[in-house]
Amino acid sequence: MSVHRPTAHDSATLHVTGAARYTDDLPVPVDTVHLAFGTSPQANGTLRGMDLSAVRTAPGVIDVLTAADLPHENDVSPSPWPEPLLATDRVHYLGQPVFLVVAESHLAARKAARLARFEIDADTPVLTIEDALAASREFEPPVTHERGDPDPAIATAPHRIEGTIAMGGQEHFYLEGQAALALPGEGGEIHVVSSTQHPTEIQHKVAHALGVPYAAVRSEVRRMGGGFGGKESQGNALAVACAVVAHRLKRPARMRYDRDDDFIITGKRHDFRIDYRAGVDDEGRILGIEFRQYCRGGWSQDLTLPVADRAMLHADNAYWLPKVRIVSHRLITNTQSATAFRGFGGPQGMLGIERVMDHIAHALGRDPLEVRRVNFYADAPVAAPDASGGDISGKWKAGQLTPYHMPVTDCIVNALVDRLAERSDYAARRAAIEAWNRASPVLKRGIALSPVKFGISFTLTHLNQAGALVHVYSDGSIHLNHGGTEMGQGLNTKVAQVAAEVFARPLGSVKITATDTTKVPNTSATAASSGSDLNGMACKAACETIRDRLADFAARHWQAERAEIRFVPEGVDLGSRVLPFEEVVAAAYANRVSLSSTGFYATPDIVWDRRAGRGRPFYYFAYGAAVTEVTIDTLTGEYRIDRADILHDCGKSLNPAIDIGQIEGGYVQGAGWLTTEELVWDDKGRLRTHAPSTYKIPACGDRPRVFNVELWDGENREQTIYRSKAVGEPPFMLGISALMALSHAVAQCGDGSLYPSLDAPATPERILRAVDAQRGRAWE
Amino acid sequence: MEIAFLLNGETVRERVMDPTRTLLDWLRETRRLSGTKEGCNEGDCGACTVTVSALENGQLVHRALNACILFLPQLHGKAVRTVEGIAAPDGALHPVQQAMVEHHGSQCGFCTPGVVMSLYTAHRDGRRDFDDVLAGNLCRCTGYAPIIRAADAAAEAPRPAWEKDETAALAALGQRGDLQGGQAYLPDDLDAFAAWYEAHPEATLVAGATDVGLWVTKQLRTLAPVAFLHRLEALQRIETDAAGITIGAGVTLSRLRGVMAARHPDFAELIRRYGSVQVRNAATIGGNIANGSPIGDGPPALIAQGASLTLRRGAERRTLPLEDFFLDYGKQDRRPGEFVESIHIPAQPDRLRCYKLSKRFDQDISAVCGCFSITIEDGHVNAARIAFGGMAGIPKRAAHVEAALVGHPWEEATVRSAQGAFALDFTPLSDMRASAGYRLRAAQNMLLRAYHEDRGTRTRLVGRGAA
Repeated sequence: MSVHRPTAHDSATLHVTGAARYTDDLPVPVDTVHLAFGTSPQANGTLRGMDLSAVRTAPGVIDVLTAADLPHENDVSPSPWPEPLLATDRVHYLGQPVFLVVAESHLAARKAARLARFEIDADTPVLTIEDALAASREFEPPVTHERGDPDPAIATAPHRIEGTIAMGGQEHFYLEGQAALALPGEGGEIHVVSSTQHPTEIQHKVAHALGVPYAAVRSEVRRMGGGFGGKESQGNALAVACAVVAHRLKRPARMRYDRDDDFIITGKRHDFRIDYRAGVDDEGRILGIEFRQYCRGGWSQDLTLPVADRAMLHADNAYWLPKVRIVSHRLITNTQSATAFRGFGGPQGMLGIERVMDHIAHALGRDPLEVRRVNFYADAPVAAPDASGGDISGKWKAGQLTPYHMPVTDCIVNALVDRLAERSDYAARRAAIEAWNRASPVLKRGIALSPVKFGISFTLTHLNQAGALVHVYSDGSIHLNHGGTEMGQGLNTKVAQVAAEVFARPLGSVKITATDTTKVPNTSATAASSGSDLNGMACKAACETIRDRLADFAARHWQAERAEIRFVPEGVDLGSRVLPFEEVVAAAYANRVSLSSTGFYATPDIVWDRRAGRGRPFYYFAYGAAVTEVTIDTLTGEYRIDRADILHDCGKSLNPAIDIGQIEGGYVQGAGWLTTEELVWDDKGRLRTHAPSTYKIPACGDRPRVFNVELWDGENREQTIYRSKAVGEPPFMLGISALMALSHAVAQCGDGSLYPSLDAPATPERILRAVDAQRGRAWE
Repeated sequence: MEIAFLLNGETVRERVMDPTRTLLDWLRETRRLSGTKEGCNEGDCGACTVTVSALENGQLVHRALNACILFLPQLHGKAVRTVEGIAAPDGALHPVQQAMVEHHGSQCGFCTPGVVMSLYTAHRDGRRDFDDVLAGNLCRCTGYAPIIRAADAAAEAPRPAWEKDETAALAALGQRGDLQGGQAYLPDDLDAFAAWYEAHPEATLVAGATDVGLWVTKQLRTLAPVAFLHRLEALQRIETDAAGITIGAGVTLSRLRGVMAARHPDFAELIRRYGSVQVRNAATIGGNIANGSPIGDGPPALIAQGASLTLRRGAERRTLPLEDFFLDYGKQDRRPGEFVESIHIPAQPDRLRCYKLSKRFDQDISAVCGCFSITIEDGHVNAARIAFGGMAGIPKRAAHVEAALVGHPWEEATVRSAQGAFALDFTPLSDMRASAGYRLRAAQNMLLRAYHEDRGTRTRLVGRGAA
């Protein structure tokens, strides 16, 4: 078996020896030129003119391009909304690329790019959610999902709660910054190598920019040094810039953003504000609820609409909401265009309802876990229901639909949370913590459990397809290519495990190759956690086609019973004897059997009407839960994550080691989003946290002191690749339990009358402010 | 000017044209050694970590350093090892590399070379304080847990047989005497340097380059001439007598931490949170003072200890209380051609309490750094020296707070009343690190923390005295 094993990442040895090549590591011809953008010093205004004379005469400068110099389309947008590569008559955010410097070196290009003089008639920038609402700047009218009328349910409920949570964005901080390289070919062809999760979109944008057909553009990526969604669309600008310059000068062109430029130019996770009001019964059961989600999109649409959609689709998280309304506002601001980031709106939507659970528990004086439990969707019966509906329990039959009318048929959250609560000793620890707090005047502890139910599939249904290309060479070695990209998540390893499994060959006989639009065309972005689900299946189809040809051939050639032929570790079992795989392959070649095949997969059964907010946008859900314990210092608001216990559902894991890595990393990244990772813009729209010196992702010492991660022992009810489940995004939201634990610790500082209402990120400053509010010692 | 150093065991002689060419750019662009990565170009992420070894008093010393803010002249006479240079000649992995593979310590792999080099340096030195060793290596994928598992596993493995001792090769480089050429000056005699600087007051002085490095990589400044001070052994002395301890300006924060651990453990703990291992291995206490930062952590701790500073110009020296050196934001009492030579800390019983407040515990710049030396006699405050960073344009004493304490009984009422005096001493700013209101409240509470700690109450989350 190759699948379900904890195989090491295929590039691990290359990583640790420094031999793994990233885009900027590739050797290039000596005449390669280097690029840098000149960026807008204003967040909003009319561009009257530019004096670029000092830029043009700076040492090492070869060429300077403005929008007028672009040969065809000036557009790098991943959406229908225009997004110019170089600004034309208006600038929309501070940091927007306005001109392009071509120089002999990276440093020369960067130095020259700072020498421009801009003539900009500045307008007041629209920076915040509140600014945008006041100015009615929205990408589209608000979108509403509604099931039942929540207003009377809220009005007549025994208890009502109401509140707001603001949550900040998040910088991806992939360790490898954005980078691209373009090599000009003959007859208008171009070869682009870039750090991208979406090589096909790069191909399209480059083709449009050069006025050539897609077929003239080869877009390639071997690996990224992290992506997290930040390389789904944000690499377009660099790749297009390099391609345009390579075409213009007939020289290779490369570009990488310095880290500060990367922060200032590229988009981040969307900030949200979520207003909520809910009516609940005496046990905290939600009877009716309304959310108003305000999503800050930045200057350009980019992926804001699907991100805001996914936030709505996760407003329920793991909870049955009998009457519900979700209203979503998609706001335009003069800031970086917010973009995809692991979870893609899901974390924001989910944080809304987790806040509600915490708030209800506080209002009713109950343990938040008990409130969560009474609101969970019912678990599905242990045996999977058959197509006719089969034998299902009463609560389930009653029809637990999500707010978007999709029945939840695979729920395991109750059983999973029960097991986690037991293994982490949640109840006893919570009691012990509260006792400890009564004796500790300065330090206070808190604990919380939060669940995750995350929908798997692209909500834009047609993206749920993938292709693969597999060759078996005449020596028996296997060449694997698929449409997904490797950004550290171990996708190539998992897909190679699939290929090895089909042929029953050792993993080492499968050669993983760079993602390349000339091998597998029309790929979707590697995103939405879908990489191994889609590409694993496509690879399996390709391998099975070849395997079946080999079996058919072997049956003919060696007069074996076709039905008895098996591919086994020792080779090909013909029933009567076993031949080495290499021998069968060589014979097949000699007898003119094709040993190459494509494979294709399209996720079945999904249907989604975005306008109506109804359908089955997700093939299945991935589940998980985390218990986090924290200690806060009530003198300064500093805190520590002492312990995290996680139980997470990867179905029947394709690779438990890689999946645990995704869970540990996702949790820490999610906790970072809600704690120390604070983006600060000044009132001119200048991002003040633009490097690791000012923007603080978790460091080694910030990981939980005690960190227990286990995989749920189960399998996907749907026919996914070897019954596994997607794992890229769901664990990110386990970090929500850290914010809830901080809320518990803060609440322990007061008399219980005031709900802490922590906004995110809960920096030490926000914690101290909340602690002092509990103690009636507010400050400004 | 030609410099000589070892690169992965091979002697390199390099003509330095630009004195501020970084090791990272040289490795990647000139030597095509692309294993060392650029992650931030400011010494914060550690993706460019390399090991630099040097002979110091006959001892081979290994340091993890950030190649992105290390200028080539700083390598003269040293040995550089990169991630490409630690496996066996036959390709067998070093134990830290092997453990990183076996424990799934890499995902995207981009931070990995830096992590490996930090762990490699620790492995050579037998260090196991991995949270500190790796505080300067950011990883965005793994959540660090598998890296720590790998580090623990590798620590059990002996040093591999192929790991070379560079002592003989370094001795053979035998680079003594002043080096000068182009716009770079590498003195190894302090008097000669003092005379040169008096004559070239426009020069930029580089000790560890943890600050000046960013002038080049971020501000894109062209610096000339540049004097590199790391070979001035006279600046690296630490002398102790009955009156106290005198620390040369060129002493790194790493060394200072070791010296302070026994005398003023809180100062040592504060230094532990200064930058990262890579930064502390390069940064010097003289640089920390001379750059006049309002948020450098050294000065408040030194001011609270009553430290004095010796400045030198040519042959002339003068000594002043450290707090008098800082005149205003960006302005110090330092004349053209004058440099920081040493810092003197008077001998005293350890009463020092240092509290560093930042968004993240490790490798973050202080929002507020409060340092307290409060003497209690017969239940009354007898003397108090209190100094803060992050509360004004300069590191500054809290004179009104001190006055509100001295002579009063050491009890909570006194502390509460003295808290009101903070607003007389400080009008802090709001910035991306903290608001003015938060800074003021946190500073007030630091005094309360000093009181609580004195009473035996646990108040700390990390480091020394943590609950």
